Amino acid sequence: MTIRVQIEDFDLATELAQLRAANAMIGATVSFVGTVRDMNDGASIMDMELEHYPGMTENALDGIVVRAKARWDIVDALVIHRVGLMKPLAQIVLVAVVSAHRRDAFAACEYIIDYLKTEAPFWKKEQTPEGARWVDARMTDITALGKWDVQAADTGSTA
Amino acid sequence: MNIELRYFDSVRESLGRASESVALPEHVQTVGELRAYLRERGSPWKETLAEGRALRMAFNQEMTDATQCITEGSEIAFFPPVTGG
Repeated sequence: MTIRVQIEDFDLATELAQLRAANAMIGATVSFVGTVRDMNDGASIMDMELEHYPGMTENALDGIVVRAKARWDIVDALVIHRVGLMKPLAQIVLVAVVSAHRRDAFAACEYIIDYLKTEAPFWKKEQTPEGARWVDARMTDITALGKWDVQAADTGSTA
Repeated sequence: MNIELRYFDSVRESLGRASESVALPEHVQTVGELRAYLRERGSPWKETLAEGRALRMAFNQEMTDATQCITEGSEIAFFPPVTGG
């Protein structure tokens, strides 16, 4: 598994090709790409700055991917998260998962991005016409985790 | 006991610093007690680290809570809820 926190943009096709390169066990590739929107909470966004906690961020992402691997039958996973200044339309994050069958890859990909949003120490600051503002955490991101807990209880997993 | 403090995002901006080294008195043993001890510095510490504020805390780069015991040389961070992705 690979975790990268970087300033540079990424190319989806290149990353997916590398992730499943020369492994004919893989029958499913699922990816999620998060991008910068030009509107948030009623304000237009000129650009966005992403900050992280070097060291802790990588460890947190690593822990989330390890839990996903323990819970679903996946072959490999890749997380790339950008930091620094980004404009609307820019790619922010990539989560990609490869597995033999699609259900494991879909579920693991969604699990990783759901926990990334609530556990990995990244923060967004938006530049709006009214000035800069830090983005507040969303309750919907926290409630989104509920479904993973229920499923964990069903399977006896503690993830 | 000597520790390293890290501040991120709006906490860093409110406090006007990203990090500092602090020598703690004997009675400060947990992360919660540290937060209260730093509030005694007055404004802007009092408001930024107030009990009611939704703050996250990390101990040696792992999420933690107020009951975590502090050890010599540890790194403790205060920051708002995370907003990546």
